[in-house]
Amino acid sequence: MSLDLAAVRAQFPILNRHIGDAPLHYLDNAATAQTPESVLEAVRRFESSSRANVLRGVHQLAEEATADYARARESVARYLNVPAGEVVFTGGTTAAINLVARGFGDTLQPGDEVVISELEHHSNIVPWQMLRERHGIVLKALPVTDEGRLDLDSIERVVTSRCRLIAIAHASNVTGAVTPVERIVNAARAVGAKVLLDGAQRTPHGPVDIPALGVDFYAFSGHKMFAPHGIGVLWARRALLESMPPVFGGGEMIRTVTLESTIYAAPPHKFEAGTPPIAQAIGLGAATDWLMGMDWPAVSAHELRLTQRILDGLPSRARIVGPAGLQERMPVISFAIPGLHPHDICQILDRRGVALRGGHHCAQPLMDRLDLAGTTRASLALYNDDDDVDALIDGLDAAVHRLTRA
Amino acid sequence: MKDELYQQAILAHADAAVRAGRIDAPDASVTLDNPLCGDRVTIDVTLEGDHIADLAHRVRGCRLCEAAASAVGASAVGRSAAEVAEVEGALRSMLDGTAAPAQPWAGFEAFRPVRDYRSRHACVLLPLETLRAAIAQAQAAVK
Repeated sequence: MSLDLAAVRAQFPILNRHIGDAPLHYLDNAATAQTPESVLEAVRRFESSSRANVLRGVHQLAEEATADYARARESVARYLNVPAGEVVFTGGTTAAINLVARGFGDTLQPGDEVVISELEHHSNIVPWQMLRERHGIVLKALPVTDEGRLDLDSIERVVTSRCRLIAIAHASNVTGAVTPVERIVNAARAVGAKVLLDGAQRTPHGPVDIPALGVDFYAFSGHKMFAPHGIGVLWARRALLESMPPVFGGGEMIRTVTLESTIYAAPPHKFEAGTPPIAQAIGLGAATDWLMGMDWPAVSAHELRLTQRILDGLPSRARIVGPAGLQERMPVISFAIPGLHPHDICQILDRRGVALRGGHHCAQPLMDRLDLAGTTRASLALYNDDDDVDALIDGLDAAVHRLTRA
Repeated sequence: MKDELYQQAILAHADAAVRAGRIDAPDASVTLDNPLCGDRVTIDVTLEGDHIADLAHRVRGCRLCEAAASAVGASAVGRSAAEVAEVEGALRSMLDGTAAPAQPWAGFEAFRPVRDYRSRHACVLLPLETLRAAIAQAQAAVK
């Protein structure tokens, strides 16, 4: 196998769009990736021929919906190399992390420690601050280097015997740096702590072998990996899911309800109260099926080749906010150009059809650490091509020319 | 073609940076952030009665925000708190395309092209919002 880029791009009808007169060059994949025909068709097929609620009905449509929903869970489980019964559907990464902060976090005692890092997305900071407010835990942050990688030199000092959880991004949504998971897991195991990985930026770039990582929780979103919005996953070890109390109560998460008490359903249903986002889950299953068919070494080589082209083609004044090389990095490229604001750059690039993201990327503590108000970010997906990179580089040159003060 | 966002009038406003800086011993100094992008505006203000006697601004933000702060700096001294609130409403209406309760100050006409970019409205409004908050703080201190 190899990467047939034309065939991949043909799967994405939105890539034929124009912004004004310019063809779309979509480089905001770290925020939301586009959706292929196979996912659109899976959602359309469900909504137009099998739409019904799951788990409770016995009519034909309900049976089909229940089976499709279960198959989606099995597809996601294959992508993660885990049992389907350990895959909890959530609304996204944020919902998944909040579920852990409630279900697992609420079992912690005052003085227990949770360790995050300076490069986390707000979704992996705020839930732990809220837990600190509720339970008096101590929240600590691992530092980052000037290159935007985790600085693990101090990890044995930061992770003490009071540490109960290390919650870290698998890859940074700003710098693209990939976390050395083994060192994190070793530090956690040494003190009996659990490890949660925020995989939102990792899952769009190939299957994840969770057992090989050795972590305890894994959270990610569908919309960054070619699936619909409003669906995400929390994976956790079976024993943890069984020991954690449910966070939301309602229908679909129970075995028996009386007016006095409730017996909960077994995981994963215990954590999926109410009617779930069924079509979205089916879309996520279709996305993981589609991704499983890719030649990932070829895709990774393609993504990194384009990453290198962008790193080489940035304006000479640009400061790369992230690793300078390709080692242990995702195709997420942030940069700052002195004197130019990211939103002004993004606005000018938009007129050329180039969709970028500018700002703090929901990582304000990292911006503070790196002494930046924000960055401009180009983030790649497997369908991006050399034309996208050319449009970016040409557009940046034009933006610098337009915005530089006389 | 919606490509007038970085027209000369706006860039000239931004480059002019009228009343950029600080003033000594202001009656109030307020900093507000734009949660969309982290833009940050600080405004120092001194009042004489109900009117602005002096002001200065510092902007860590985009050109639109810098330009709007400069436009505020060019027009706000001598205005009353009510006039500032009124012009903020007028600017919002201009950007939203809704019926204007009043005309924005002359310099704000340059921002009319921003109307097509909803996500950037906050960049233009932030300096006036900050000024209004600074006036309120100064008035509260007097009381």
